[in-house]
Amino acid sequence: MVKKTKKIYLDYAATTPVDPQVVKAMSPYFTEKFGNTMSLHNFGQEAKQALEESREKVASLIGAKPNEIIFTSSATESNNLALKGITFANRKKGKHIIISSIEHPCIMESAKWLEVQGFEITRLPVNKYGFINPDDVRKAIRKDTILVSIIHASNEIGTIQPIKEIGKICKEKRVYFHTDAVQSFGKIPIDVNKMNIDLLSASSHKMYGPKGAACLFIREGTRIEPILHGGGQESGLRSSTVNVPAIVGFAEACKICKREMKKEAQRQIKLRDKLIKGVLRGIKRAYLNGHPQKRLPNNTNFWFEFIEGESMVIQLDLLRVAASTGSACSSLKLEPSHILLAIGLKPEQAHGSLRLSLGRWTTEKEINYVLKILPEVIKKLRKISPFKAK
Amino acid sequence: MEKIGPYTKKVMKYFKNPRNFGRIKNPDGVGKVGNPICGDIMWLYIKMRKDKKGREIIKDIKFETFGCVAAIATSSVITDLAKGKTLKEAIKIDRRKIVKSLGGLPPIKIHCSVLAAGALSEAIYDYLSKKKKEIPKELQEKHRGLEREKKEIEKKYKEWIKIEEKMHKK
Repeated sequence: MVKKTKKIYLDYAATTPVDPQVVKAMSPYFTEKFGNTMSLHNFGQEAKQALEESREKVASLIGAKPNEIIFTSSATESNNLALKGITFANRKKGKHIIISSIEHPCIMESAKWLEVQGFEITRLPVNKYGFINPDDVRKAIRKDTILVSIIHASNEIGTIQPIKEIGKICKEKRVYFHTDAVQSFGKIPIDVNKMNIDLLSASSHKMYGPKGAACLFIREGTRIEPILHGGGQESGLRSSTVNVPAIVGFAEACKICKREMKKEAQRQIKLRDKLIKGVLRGIKRAYLNGHPQKRLPNNTNFWFEFIEGESMVIQLDLLRVAASTGSACSSLKLEPSHILLAIGLKPEQAHGSLRLSLGRWTTEKEINYVLKILPEVIKKLRKISPFKAK
Repeated sequence: MEKIGPYTKKVMKYFKNPRNFGRIKNPDGVGKVGNPICGDIMWLYIKMRKDKKGREIIKDIKFETFGCVAAIATSSVITDLAKGKTLKEAIKIDRRKIVKSLGGLPPIKIHCSVLAAGALSEAIYDYLSKKKKEIPKELQEKHRGLEREKKEIEKKYKEWIKIEEKMHKK
């Protein structure tokens, strides 16, 4: 096959390496400025100051006010807080929640749990590209609807939802609008005011910051209850000793993303489109999942006939390329990705799915290498497969 | 044993260089199985001969698999385990033997070894019934269970099977 090269990471949608500049910014907060933000002494105040400066940096990436940012430990926590916090605080108004059928598991499962608690959930369908029709949102809103939660950009197929339109509808109908922006945050422009967003979740480790830091934007005046009770940190909405080093890193990552966003998106779109074109041209019976253009600058997702995704991912790993799949074989439940099923793929088609997600350090040379080896990987697995075609 | 990802070195060896894959022309028996839950498919072909003592021996065996690393490795290893064996010996190859000879499988992948064992027993069943020979009871029981799953799977893969049949007629 091809000669050994250095490892190629094309799974940036799963997690990203931390930018060296971020590591540098974090470093003093482990050993020197290690204080607890709740302490009155200088150590504590130093940490507190770093926390508030971080809040400003994160807020400015989405046009929010600093006091509208609540730091959490993960996007899962942010999404749990958004769904459970809003529904419990507003349960006198109603018991109806609207989500899409392509949400991340932390939304899907939180909604399922709320259903058990007596709330009613509507799960909106998507079209073949993964788009939600804003009209469907309008039609689904009832008198007792308290929250609409729609993912901004799909973690699997990269589809970017018309959240501005959805936000407008929610505003008209006076329903809270939450969006899970984990994949889009820092990659494409977001303005919580222009987009009429009331709550937004984002995570540091998807944008070159450390793991263990995330946030929930909560518009001023929103009725919400905490799910973690204790010392009253983060305006009482998220008790826990604040993870200052990780939050400082998150903020630094936001600063870099803000500065580089436009240029970086253009660069990645070029590479993304080269990859998509190359795969569809170079491999027979290969198909793109998601929309050709209205997708994240860094996302590609394909499915290939007659072969299975986990064996593709492991075969690619042997050739030093890191990728991901929505195949049932790679899931703990032996079920294919609910997102791929929602866009109309049959289970056997989702079986052959492959996600390659690009990032800040993806080069054209790497894309060329993948375009060279991927056809060979697929050929090898198709040789073993009982299903064949010309 | 050292592992690569969730898999043992032996699993990876069979996955990287699968042995005996492909199709046997005019096979004496074919075993077609699939898992309706995960969607993996295994097809197994056998060719028989008689040895000097008149015992029936698996002369050649090949597989085709649509599935994950574990599915490919288990179907590959079972061809190694069964090749050159008498029918009596081959019938005794079960999932435990398969898992053992791979140095273990992740718990969630054990069903792949069940599938591989099923493919072999179906191939032997097919051979015996074509030859109008007596079929051991355990093989008959297994066959009844696998037949149900096979119908589900064939329905699911109707289109691909059609494409495949068309191609092989040419």
